[in-house]
Amino acid sequence: MIEIKNLTKSFGDLLVWEDVSFNIQDGETIAIIGKSGCGKSVLIKHINALLVPDSGSVLIDGEDIHKMDYVSKRKLRQKFGVLFQGSALFDSINTFENVAFPLRYFSNQSEEEIRNNVMEALSHVNLEDAYNKETSELSGGMRKRVGLARAIVLKPNYIMYDEPTSGLDPQTSQEINELIIDLAKSLDITSIVVTHDMHSVLKVADKVAFLDQEKLSWHGTVEEMKKSEHKALIDFITASEYQIKQRVEYN
Amino acid sequence: MKALRELGNYSTLLYQALRSSTEFKTYRKSFFHEMVKIGYDSVPIIMLTGFFTGSVMTIQSAYQLESAFIPLSTIGAIVSESILIELAAVISSLVLAGKVGARIATELGTMRVSEQIDALESMGFNSVSFLVVPRVLAGIMMFPVLYIVACVFGIGGGLLAGLFTGTVPAADFLLGARMYFQPWTVIFGFVKMFVFGFIITSISSYKGYYATGGAEGVGKSTTNATVISCMVVLLADFLLASLLL
Ligand SMILES: Nc1ncnc2c1ncn2[C@@H]1O[C@H](COP(=O)(O)OP(=O)(O)OP(=O)(O)O)[C@@H](O)[C@H]1O
Ligand SMILES: [Mg+2]
Repeated sequence: MIEIKNLTKSFGDLLVWEDVSFNIQDGETIAIIGKSGCGKSVLIKHINALLVPDSGSVLIDGEDIHKMDYVSKRKLRQKFGVLFQGSALFDSINTFENVAFPLRYFSNQSEEEIRNNVMEALSHVNLEDAYNKETSELSGGMRKRVGLARAIVLKPNYIMYDEPTSGLDPQTSQEINELIIDLAKSLDITSIVVTHDMHSVLKVADKVAFLDQEKLSWHGTVEEMKKSEHKALIDFITASEYQIKQRVEYN
Repeated sequence: MKALRELGNYSTLLYQALRSSTEFKTYRKSFFHEMVKIGYDSVPIIMLTGFFTGSVMTIQSAYQLESAFIPLSTIGAIVSESILIELAAVISSLVLAGKVGARIATELGTMRVSEQIDALESMGFNSVSFLVVPRVLAGIMMFPVLYIVACVFGIGGGLLAGLFTGTVPAADFLLGARMYFQPWTVIFGFVKMFVFGFIITSISSYKGYYATGGAEGVGKSTTNATVISCMVVLLADFLLASLLL
């Protein structure tokens, strides 16, 4: 279980959010939503301690990751797979090596096992054919998918996806959504999905956390969200649902 | 104030690097890679720099000492001594601050702003041990080697310039070079290069590692890395000279 308690973060004079608290149960999928720039990416970077909060704590199975020494912190981070917003592929090595990277250093697998695991991860994201492409030759959507393959290759307990479907075509988005659901079920992974895409929230999430006005404005289950009377939340959801409806009408 | 904070961050990074230098397994591969990039790949430019420094030295000393009644061998002594004790180390380092330092700062800066460093950390790597340690280690090991190259080509360049302009015969040049040769100047040169290698690679790593603000930010930290490296090299040269001479 991940417990986020009274977290506050600012960069210099800029307050990103304050007093954010919520829990993430094992095996559940939580969507973090909110306007661009509201601090979603910053929030997930606090969960695996890439950023340090001004105050507050993040407990992972009861232990505060921000209070650990560096060695235990790194051990714990290995339980997390992270898909970064900009994919963060290593550009000095090709697709295959990017996915193989964590395996080479953190597992004792033979070259053949590594090969099989990498190809399996790549097949999850439909990119087996691109395994020997250089990172610079990949399109934005492909990079995202390679980043995803790299995040899941070590079979983590937790996965954090930072906008997994942004910039992808509807069909691939759909496939990624299904992959997120699939992984959550089959590997019993706890998933944290940062997204703008209400479509994917409704599809993949059990719970929703909504950041607005420098705080955690609302959180609850997806069912609760549908019935919620929370003004800002409704505005946020319907802004995109309206667009979806328009698109349906147009077609 | 800002400078103090930077100095603090820089020292913290160095301390982290020192502490993580025991994780040889993490950085072994990039260490050898960096030795090639810093050492081998810089040989041509160091050869050129050394050669021209030496030849210009000879031509200028010959011109300035033309009328004086001093033996031609003195020119060989002046040129080779200056190269061994000062020019090979300092000029090479200033060139390397541009070549090696800028590359390191750009590489690490790009990795920082494209979240590759975050990605390393999030996988459980010690990014300092993975990125900074091999570069600094390779720097302090390869700079002294490049010093040898600079000296050989510097003195060689001086000798050839004297020969081809007809100002200093090779025999006189070599006589002077040998007569005033003191082994400790070479040791002094090695010490300097060791220090300069550390300065350039660590400052550039620091500037790149903490780059912020996209492509423009990377450009800025690269420029800063080169400029600050050069200034600190010159300062260190002065301090070492007053300390050890
Ligand atoms: N390293 C940093 N230094 C200073 N400010 C930062 C830093 N990282 C983020 N910020 C600021 O924090 C705020 C939140 O950024 P964040 O990237 O978390 O937004 P986001 O919700 O993920 O937006 P988007 O949906 O566009 O990705 C922004 O105002 C951003 O400018
Ligand atoms: Mg973001």
